[in-house]
Amino acid sequence: MPEPTLTIRTIIGLEIHVQLNTKTKMFCGCPVRYDAPPNSCVCPVCLGHPGALPVINRQAFTHAVLTGLALNCKIARHTKWDRKSYYYPDLPKNYQISQYDLPLAARGFFDIPVRGRMKRVRITRAHLEEDAGKSLHDLPGCTLVDLNRAGTPLLEIVTEPDLSSADEAYAFCIELQRLVTYLGVSEGVMQKGQMRFEPNVNIAIRCDGREYRTPITEIKNLNSFRHVRDAIAYEARRQLTAWTEDHDYQQDKRPNENRGWNAEKGITEYQRDKESAPDYRYFPDPDLVPVEITDGMLDEIRAMLPELPIARRQRLVSEYGLSTRDADTIVNHRGTADLLEKVIAAGAPADVAGKQFVNVWLKLANDRNVHVTDLGVEPEQIVELARMTADGTINKTAANRLAQVMLQHAEPRASARADAQRSTPSPLHLAQELGLVQVHDTAATEAWVEQAFTANPKAVQDALGNPKKAQAAAGFLRGQVMKLSGGKADPNLVVRLVEKRLAKLRGKG
Amino acid sequence: MASSLDETAVRHVAHLARLDVTDEEVVRFAKQLSSILSYVEQLNEPDTTGIPPTAHALPVTNVFRGDTVRPCWEPDRALHNAPQCQDNFFRVPKVLGQDSA
Ligand SMILES: [Zn+2]
Repeated sequence: MPEPTLTIRTIIGLEIHVQLNTKTKMFCGCPVRYDAPPNSCVCPVCLGHPGALPVINRQAFTHAVLTGLALNCKIARHTKWDRKSYYYPDLPKNYQISQYDLPLAARGFFDIPVRGRMKRVRITRAHLEEDAGKSLHDLPGCTLVDLNRAGTPLLEIVTEPDLSSADEAYAFCIELQRLVTYLGVSEGVMQKGQMRFEPNVNIAIRCDGREYRTPITEIKNLNSFRHVRDAIAYEARRQLTAWTEDHDYQQDKRPNENRGWNAEKGITEYQRDKESAPDYRYFPDPDLVPVEITDGMLDEIRAMLPELPIARRQRLVSEYGLSTRDADTIVNHRGTADLLEKVIAAGAPADVAGKQFVNVWLKLANDRNVHVTDLGVEPEQIVELARMTADGTINKTAANRLAQVMLQHAEPRASARADAQRSTPSPLHLAQELGLVQVHDTAATEAWVEQAFTANPKAVQDALGNPKKAQAAAGFLRGQVMKLSGGKADPNLVVRLVEKRLAKLRGKG
Repeated sequence: MASSLDETAVRHVAHLARLDVTDEEVVRFAKQLSSILSYVEQLNEPDTTGIPPTAHALPVTNVFRGDTVRPCWEPDRALHNAPQCQDNFFRVPKVLGQDSA
C-alpha cells in the first residue's frame, strides 16, 4: 500500500513584550535602571505596600498609543486597568496591573517583507502592563528577589496566527524591533530583555482528504531572534513526530501546553498543561481611574508618527536610486537615515553618498560600536567627501583613507568639551595635505605604468603569453601602478594605460 | 436567584488565595460567603436597562504623571519588613515549575 501524502502547514501566532523607553516606572517615579544594585530603585508603590497609590506615566501611555497607531490598530476611546492576580515572589502586590477586556489598541496589522513580497500579519491587540521583578534561582534551597524591575512599563502585543514558518516569525520579530526603535518607544535591546517573545505553535496536517490539527504549544519567554526561529522549527518537527506516533495527538483530544526552550540542548521542554492554567481573577483596579482618549490626544500622538522603516526603505530606493540592500542597512537606524537625507539635501550626490554611507561611514561606526551620527563628523564634511568622490577629485580608496583621517580629527574634538568651535580641516584641504588628490595627468600615470612594467617582468610575461594567468597578471600590474601613485592615480585611466601598453608589447611580439 | 458557594468552590478560592483551611472552616466559610453573595445580589434588582456599564465608581478620568524620577527608598528601608534577606535581596523559599506573568 502506498504511503499517504501529507501536507503540513505550520501555524504561528506571537505574543511580544516590549519594554517601553521611559525614565520612570509605569505607576511610580522610581527610575528604570538595568544595572542598579538590587532593591535600590523601589518605593512603596512598586513594593506593593498597603495604601500606596499608582499613577499612570503619561510617557508610557503615549508610547503605547503611538505603537498602536504604527501597527494600524483601532485605538480605544475608553480604556481601563485590571488586576491580574497570581502568586509569585517577584510580584510584590500578588497581582499585576494590566488591561484585560478593554486594551488600548486592537485589530491592527503589520506588513513585513517575506521573500521579496509583503506579508500582512494581523495584530489582535496591544495593551499596557507592568513588569515583575527578577528572581535568582541558582541557589540551594532559596530564591533571591530583586524588585528593581517590578513596575517597569511593558507593551504586550498579540498577533493573529498568521505566520506560517519559523523564518517568517524571525522576520516579524526583526521588523518589529526595527519599528519600536524607530518610533523611539523602546530601545529594543534583546540582551537586556527589552523584547521577549512567546510563540504559539501548532501544525495542520492534511492526510487522505482530512485535516488534523495538533494541540497549540506556547513557548515561553524567548529573548533572542535566533531562539524564536530555532524553537519554532523544533516545535513543528516535534509535533509532527508526536502526531505520526499517535494520531490522537490532536486538539480536543490532547491539552494545549506551555513549553520552555532549552537553547543548550536545542529542544523545547514540557512545563504544564494549559487546562491547569491559573485562574487570574481579573477585575478592574479600583486604584486607577480609566483613560478617555480624546480626539485632541489622538491627533497630538498621530503627529509624532515618523515615516516608518518599510516605507522609508522603499522611498530611498525609488527617490535616490539606492540598492534595496543599501537602503535596508541605512534605514536600520533612524538617525543614520535622517543624516543621509540631510547630506543629500545639502548637495551630496545621492548615489555616491548612499554607497559611502554603507561602505565607509557605517563600517567605521560599526568598528567603534556606535551609530554614524555619533562619529563626530560634520554633515558638511560628509557632503564634501561624497562630492569629491563623485567628481573624480579623489578615488574610492582615497575616500576611505580620508574618512579615517577625518575621524581622527573628529574624535579628540568630540571628547573635548569646549573645543566645539575649533574648525576641522575641510576634506579637500586634508586630501591635498595627504597627497590623495587623484592624478588625471596622462604623462605622470604613464610614468608609473612604465615603472611597474620594468619592475615586474614576470607579470608582464604572464599578462602577454599565459592565457591562464593573463587576467590576474594584468590586475596585479594595475595594482602596482596604483601603489606607485600612492593611491592617487585615476583607476579608469590606469586600466586604459595598462591595456594600451600591453597591446603595444603584443604588437611588437 | 440566590447563588451559593459549595465546599468545592470554597476550597478552590482558598487555594487561589494560598490559604490553608480546615474542613470545619470550609463548611463555615461556605455558609458565610453564600450569605455575602446573596446580600450583594440585591444589586441585580434595580432595572439597569439603558444604563452604560462602568468599571469605576469615581467620575474621574485621565489622571497622569510626568515621566520624572522621584527619590526611591534605600535598600535597607525596602528590606526592613522582609522576613529574610541576603545581600540586599529578598530571600524566599525556592519556587520552581511555575512561570510568572
Ligand atoms: Zn516605585
